[in-house]
Amino acid sequence: MFGEFDYQVVIDSIPFLWKGMQLTFLLTFLAIIGGLFLGTLLALSRLSHIKVLSFLAGSYVNFFRSMPLILVIFWFYFLVPMIVGRPVGGFYSVLVAFTLFEAAYYCEIMRAGIQSVKVGQLQAGQALGLTYSQNMKNIVLPQAFRNMLPILLTQAVILFQDTSLVYVVGLHDFLVNAEIVATRENRLIEMFLTVAVVYFVLCLSFSLSIRKLQRRFSV
Amino acid sequence: MNYNWNWGILQTEPYFDWIISGLGWTIAVAISAWLIAFSLGSVIGILRTINNPIARAIGSSYVEIFRNVPLLVQMFIWYFVFPELLPESAGNWVKRGIPMPEFWTAVVCLGTYTASRVAEQVRAGINAISKGQHHAAMAMGLTPTQVYRYILLPVGYRTIIPPLTSEFLGIFKNSSLALTIGVLELTAQTRQIEEYTFQGFEAFTTATVLYITVTFLVMAIMRIVEGKLAIPGMISLGAK
Repeated sequence: MFGEFDYQVVIDSIPFLWKGMQLTFLLTFLAIIGGLFLGTLLALSRLSHIKVLSFLAGSYVNFFRSMPLILVIFWFYFLVPMIVGRPVGGFYSVLVAFTLFEAAYYCEIMRAGIQSVKVGQLQAGQALGLTYSQNMKNIVLPQAFRNMLPILLTQAVILFQDTSLVYVVGLHDFLVNAEIVATRENRLIEMFLTVAVVYFVLCLSFSLSIRKLQRRFSV
Repeated sequence: MNYNWNWGILQTEPYFDWIISGLGWTIAVAISAWLIAFSLGSVIGILRTINNPIARAIGSSYVEIFRNVPLLVQMFIWYFVFPELLPESAGNWVKRGIPMPEFWTAVVCLGTYTASRVAEQVRAGINAISKGQHHAAMAMGLTPTQVYRYILLPVGYRTIIPPLTSEFLGIFKNSSLALTIGVLELTAQTRQIEEYTFQGFEAFTTATVLYITVTFLVMAIMRIVEGKLAIPGMISLGAK
């Protein structure tokens, strides 16, 4: 069975797979940045005293959290070109989908992070005469980020795995490129096992370093 | 933005039937996979708590493998690779012998994947019980099996109802991945309606509303279950 395992196919396709992996990395990176930014704004709205704002942010989170990611991808693949009014290419549609979807999850993490900061810190900031935005930017959010760093990074690993779902709209990411080689060379076993091993090694080593970081951070 | 609204399309045949059958498949995949996830996940979770290094190693390797490979890749491995690794007759049976091979592949894939997540919850539930209970049970002369059967599991499961509910909702949402191997569940059907009719708004709105409705229904039911099963004296949402 493994005697016929064709390593050559895998080796020959490395440049092509690497091209796909670059798209996977780029999408993951941009979606983390966008999701974290929007998620933090949502978390601040959710904790806001303005009722309408916290209601809207709460509905946003519940809405996206009860939808399958594939459906969200289909939604934006269909919506983005229509709103923009011209074809924009799959990458931008998918990026919007991932950013908006991840923001809901990052919002919940950041909310917990902000709530983990002691009230005294906020009050001390107010006593020093800081405005709300100064207080958040300089006092509360840096501590919230630090407290939540391990969970934010774990969510990043989940997002990295989830980007493989761009398969449903045919973007050429790592998995899709591997699948193209697999069908062209009729080497499904080799290619899919390679993909699984690469993802496993990347995700496991990243998770292990997060755990190490967590141990160093925990008091 | 020029868009021709046509909500009536959803009530015309065959699209109405497609949505209903899609919802049916989504629920069938989710519930069947949950049976595997819950039973296998409980076994793996318990393995990770018993005092035997080999059992712990098996449990934690299972969890690491299934959590660190994307679900979609697992789906392809089960569908394209797994039958080839079996002896030829068994492989052919998996590919063609059983009725609805795509459905069963999706069920096994989602079940084994979610089992790794359920295992973590079960382990956390058991570990959350104070050591004193375990020791007291052993001092009463219960065998290790009895300690789990009568002391640890009944308490452990009741404390992890909320995370188990979200794992169930996770399986329900993840069942949409079955479309990649050809199961025509809810998301696949609405996508197909979009492709046939170009009425994407109507089709995807239907799917969205149905997913949200099921999510809320499950959450409402589980809140009642949680209330009924709440352990008196412990802080929990359901407790009165």
